[in-house]
Amino acid sequence: MNTAASDKPHINRDHLLPMLADMIRIRRFEEKCAELYTQEKIRGFLHLYIGEEAVAVGIARGLAPEDAVIATYREHGHALARGISMASVMAEMYGKVTGCSRGRGGSMHLFDEKHRFFGGNAIVAGGLPMAVGLALADKMRGLARVTTCFFGEGAVAEGEFHESMNLAALWQLPVLFVCENNLYAMGTALEISESEQHIYLKARSYGIDAHAVDGMNVVDVEAAARTACSAIREGQGPKFLECKTYRFRGHSMFDTQLYRDKEEIERWQKHGPIVLLQEWMQANHMLLENDVAAIEHRVAAEVAEAVDFAESSALESETELDTDVYTPRRSQ
Amino acid sequence: MTQGTEITYREAVRESIREALLGDERVFLLGEDVGRYGGCYAVTKGLLQEFGPERIRDTPLSESGFMGAGVGAALGGMRPIVEIMTVNFSLLALDQIVNNAATIRHMSGGQFSVPLVIRMATGAGRQLAAQHSHSFECWYAHVPGLKVLVPGTIEDARFMLGMALLDPDPVIIFEHVMLYNETGILPNEAQPVPMEQAVVRRPGKDVSLITYGGSLGKVLSAASQLAGEGIEAEVLDLRCLRPLDTAAIVQTVARTHRAVVVDEGWRTGSLAGEISAIIMEQAFWQLDAPVARVCSKEVPIPYPHHLEQAALPQIPQILATVRQVLEHA
Ligand SMILES: Cc1ncc(C[n+]2csc(CCOP(=O)(O)OP(=O)(O)O)c2C)c(N)n1
Repeated sequence: MNTAASDKPHINRDHLLPMLADMIRIRRFEEKCAELYTQEKIRGFLHLYIGEEAVAVGIARGLAPEDAVIATYREHGHALARGISMASVMAEMYGKVTGCSRGRGGSMHLFDEKHRFFGGNAIVAGGLPMAVGLALADKMRGLARVTTCFFGEGAVAEGEFHESMNLAALWQLPVLFVCENNLYAMGTALEISESEQHIYLKARSYGIDAHAVDGMNVVDVEAAARTACSAIREGQGPKFLECKTYRFRGHSMFDTQLYRDKEEIERWQKHGPIVLLQEWMQANHMLLENDVAAIEHRVAAEVAEAVDFAESSALESETELDTDVYTPRRSQ
Repeated sequence: MTQGTEITYREAVRESIREALLGDERVFLLGEDVGRYGGCYAVTKGLLQEFGPERIRDTPLSESGFMGAGVGAALGGMRPIVEIMTVNFSLLALDQIVNNAATIRHMSGGQFSVPLVIRMATGAGRQLAAQHSHSFECWYAHVPGLKVLVPGTIEDARFMLGMALLDPDPVIIFEHVMLYNETGILPNEAQPVPMEQAVVRRPGKDVSLITYGGSLGKVLSAASQLAGEGIEAEVLDLRCLRPLDTAAIVQTVARTHRAVVVDEGWRTGSLAGEISAIIMEQAFWQLDAPVARVCSKEVPIPYPHHLEQAALPQIPQILATVRQVLEHA
């Protein structure tokens, strides 16, 4: 495939407006989820991605439909950016049978076969070795597909991270590692958890081509993703992006955020991915007066429809509880 | 009425950690988010401020690494308490627990002991789905060299840790997630029962209900409902899953001649199975009916409330099973 030239995103209104819309869409969806959580419609753990939308949206631009994605328990943004319908994600949050995992997984375990979305994984770093395996399968089968694996900087301390880096580099596998460095793993700040705080350098030490990217800038993330994915498809082995970002909300809805102060959050919010792009487009005369209002209007309607769908969907019957512990065998 | 203080299970555990830290300089706590965050279930809230970051040690996400560090520190003369957020994540530390902590005393010909205490949350009920809700107590109770405690009451939450720290060998304490908010009266002059003893929580003569940890409350409720039907159920709280208090199990069956074991683990290969086998081996001639088990359904625990509840042992099932066991003449 011919990379560089054709993969260069165009910095114009037509290109940027849909990315702005995608980020707003994720943001509004999650704000609704937070509201529904306080109403106890959504239960369990709810981890919001608010503040980090540019990463999922930018990376998704580098992926083709046949590529695979593995994400964490903070994966609503990735699922939506990947194209999984908002209604089926919302129904999953409600635990309804129409949810993308039949309601069995909830917020942390979104799955979708059609989009090759291999889950929200709630074991930190648990997705990395599986991503290596998906990429290994593609390589062995001669398929020029990319497996993308999202994880937080907290995962980098786990042995599975290091084992996965080594295997991917050793076997030159077609995998894109995306570290979402939001500076905190629950209440544990990066500086008290890592002796080397430049995460991308760790990947480099395994011989993986790795770079740090401004994860608040969707244009930068997109450009990095396109370059990395093209190279992977050409057989250049694994790539690694450390996207520097920040989560604006608590770790989960239980978090009282004793470990950071309001000013720090406010400082980051000023440079959030949505305001950043919106202001830049405005300054460069790429936004028409009604653009944002139109996006908001569209998104509000989609969110409302998703909630209606989830509300009106059925729960899975208790008699189905033990289905799919094993794969059904067709009788001969 | 006994004099006492009303506290939550969570506060009881916190008090036990405080007492240990105050009483022995060698004691320190390490685990994920035990300090600045205040503990994932808020058990350790405030301890960092009181004892400082050397002794309330936030670790990176490295379960195998810091569990092994706990084993090493115990070998090196300290008395570490390692907190793992939930038993599900302990699987990442399983190697250090099973291959190191549990074996070193025996494998070294008795030269080295590992006085390590491990605390972790366990169990379902909070709609946290299949990677946060399981009960693997039984896996650890399988392993020689480990001791496994399951405090099911406020009093045990308050005192078991202290006893575990006095033990020269590795002890794992399982705290069921549904117990943290439970409140109860801690008697001022509480006399802690030795950690390896089972305790009869309610005497009865018609049937023995044998259970532990998070299921104790359900079983006690079932027993009081049965009392309304004129059935006197004896409730035995195992408290320690390894070593099991075999004598107490045999004694209760000798009194009632019928037994129902209630266990949140999956039935196949469960502790309930082990207890049934003990009764079969040592109290067979006392039995008036086959031993029955109420366990979790053999599925990964699902997210939605109704399915999660359907997967777990519930009071109606306990009642139905008891009635069935009593039908045997
Ligand atoms: C193996 C394991 N240990 C601990 C946890 C509990 N836990 C869930 S998320 C989290 C923080 C992870 O932080 P990071 O990887 O930076 O991702 P973020 O949540 O910031 O997106 C922790 C400690 C877990 N889910 N899995």
